[in-house]
Amino acid sequence: MSLERMHIISAVVENKPGVLYSVSNMFRRRNFNIDSITVGPINRGDLARMTITIRGDEKTVEQLVKQLKKLIEVVKVSRLDAANAVAREMALIKIHAPETKARADILHYVDIFRGHVVDASPETLIIEVTGGPDKIDAFLDLMKSFGIKELVRTGIAALSRGSRSINIKSDEDVMEV
Amino acid sequence: MAKMSGAKALVESLKQQNAKVIFGIIGGAIMPVYDALYDSDIRHILSKHEQCAAHAADGYARACGKPGICMATSGPGATNLVTGIANAYMDSSPIIALTGQVSTHGNSSSYVIGKDAFQEADIIGITTPITKFNYQVRSAAEIPKAVKMAFHIATTGRPGPVLIDLPKNVQIDTAEMNFSEEIKLLGYKPVTDPHPVQVKKAAELLVKAERPVILAGGGVTSSNAFQELLELAELLLAPVATTLMGKGCFPENHPLSLGHIGMHGNPAANKLILEADVLLAVGTRFADRSTGRLDTFCKDAKKIHIDIDPAEIGKNVDVDVPIVADAKKALRAIYTVIAEKIKKKEDSTWLRRVKEIKEQCLNNASANSTSLRPQILLKTLRQIIPEDAIVTTEVGQNQMWAALHYKVFKPRTYITSGGLGTMGFGFPAALGAKVACPDRVVVDIAGDGSFIMTEQELACSVEENISVVVIILNNSMLGMVAQWQRLFYNRRYIAVKLGCVPDFVKLAEAYGAQGIRVGSLEEFTRAVKSAMKSDVTTVIDVPISPEEDVLPMIPPDRGLNEMIVG
Repeated sequence: MSLERMHIISAVVENKPGVLYSVSNMFRRRNFNIDSITVGPINRGDLARMTITIRGDEKTVEQLVKQLKKLIEVVKVSRLDAANAVAREMALIKIHAPETKARADILHYVDIFRGHVVDASPETLIIEVTGGPDKIDAFLDLMKSFGIKELVRTGIAALSRGSRSINIKSDEDVMEV
Repeated sequence: MAKMSGAKALVESLKQQNAKVIFGIIGGAIMPVYDALYDSDIRHILSKHEQCAAHAADGYARACGKPGICMATSGPGATNLVTGIANAYMDSSPIIALTGQVSTHGNSSSYVIGKDAFQEADIIGITTPITKFNYQVRSAAEIPKAVKMAFHIATTGRPGPVLIDLPKNVQIDTAEMNFSEEIKLLGYKPVTDPHPVQVKKAAELLVKAERPVILAGGGVTSSNAFQELLELAELLLAPVATTLMGKGCFPENHPLSLGHIGMHGNPAANKLILEADVLLAVGTRFADRSTGRLDTFCKDAKKIHIDIDPAEIGKNVDVDVPIVADAKKALRAIYTVIAEKIKKKEDSTWLRRVKEIKEQCLNNASANSTSLRPQILLKTLRQIIPEDAIVTTEVGQNQMWAALHYKVFKPRTYITSGGLGTMGFGFPAALGAKVACPDRVVVDIAGDGSFIMTEQELACSVEENISVVVIILNNSMLGMVAQWQRLFYNRRYIAVKLGCVPDFVKLAEAYGAQGIRVGSLEEFTRAVKSAMKSDVTTVIDVPISPEEDVLPMIPPDRGLNEMIVG
């Protein structure tokens, strides 16, 4: 589908139990199919930041952003312009590589992709590779022929380039009753 | 600051919110709260099923505009509330649900959250998609804040249900309570003021409009924007159609009133809205039952959409001028801008067209005037009961007949389950409405199938002296489904025949209520008059034909232009 492309959405949420549930539950209930979601605390302890990637047309994404904003625990939502954002994910890949020749090839590719070998056993290697999702896809394609035993990807974390940022000004944005 | 138990703090906090009444059912995990209620003057009404406690709170809220409160114990008590909460969520009704929960921790017992304790249910998980907000209190000291937050969230912005889950130990624990602490909601700031640029754009469209139509939804009622709607309509001389949820927000005896649109909408409303060149939609979410097929709904009209919930803008219908705001403020703002620009034009071609179509459709609605047909019964009912009487409906044919044939003149006097379509809603909602407005006549227009679902609340109505009138349009059928089977399933009737069980007169009497069966229009009139004077709830059983259809009807997935008239 030509209109469906990947969108990156950043949400600053309250760092409280149940928030991830209410966000992911909303996606399910509203029939949004997300590609990945990552969460972690930010420099303000009471807040966390989620990066959500979704494939869809413009209308779907707009609706998703509105539904996200509607959740009480969601403080701010912004859409990142994919062309103007840094998006990274990490993958850990366990490869079956008992032969020396294969190992040498793998290490060569790891080097090209600026990955690291983070564990080795006589039978296996674990490789850590970080980058945009395309880079990771490309690396995984290469590794297929060697035999991927296990794979884990973190999902995308992203920030806008330059000075654009999601600002939470503690006083201004607080609703007082 | 004062030291007290969580339960006591809850009751104090409710008082601070001006709570007068709670509908609920007691049980093990909520006993400390009930014990604290013992010393308070908040009235507790003992429902007979938690679903009805929630519906009663909902009916209460819709009748008087203040949040309704329902309460239940953990586990089955809480899960029984679910339908009522979902109903309130779909119709944006402000209710507060308080649920007991097993303890957060215990010293020697496994009566704690997460251990599958007796009567444990994850009500937070269960109600997340059907509440505006829910919250499990984890320590007693949080209670004043939690209650304040709940009432604030339930009643501001787009109203909706909020649930507070109260673990038993939190109810019992004592703490220093701070009732004046401010609450901070980082992620909740509903926009209520319309953007002036959008208002100006809307005003320009409306001033230039040749065939303007206003579509008013439940949001007009939520924001009490009745006067603003009336004034704007009269200034523009724009006919006003409503959604089912909007019924009552514009007087249906006003010359500009078209009645409601939709699957069983008023023919005049369904026809004329499609002729509009500018549509001003306010407080409506363009529900499927209102719009019919979207690709034929007002496709050439310029659309202005006022809603307080930004997520409703563009969700179902693309609009030209979105205005995120409180309906009252937005209508007032548009009025002000337009009033400077135009003078009322009296006799336009459009108004003549409106009048003509309305008259045509009126003729369609005339029928044999003596038989016990729903149309006649409901028109007669309108003549008997006072203008400010509150009508609730069940769901199905009774609801649609009521929408079509019972005209509503005053705001908040037509209470119906619009979004969720909950059979059994009308009767407990009527009880809630009567508690909110004890001096008004309250009538539940029911069907036999719906009434059976919550009929046990007759006990509540008698025991708590809440007397309402129930009119059962009794066709011994699940009539709406039977109608669909008749129209779309080649009369293959399955699972719709209820038979003449129970005998509703005897049933009412068994509960200590009054039961009357009527066989003629005269008897009906007499029964309603006697019921209005009765000290106990009266159930009026009106046998009607099982073959009676609700017409007109737009078949499912068809446009408003594809009306089956009959």
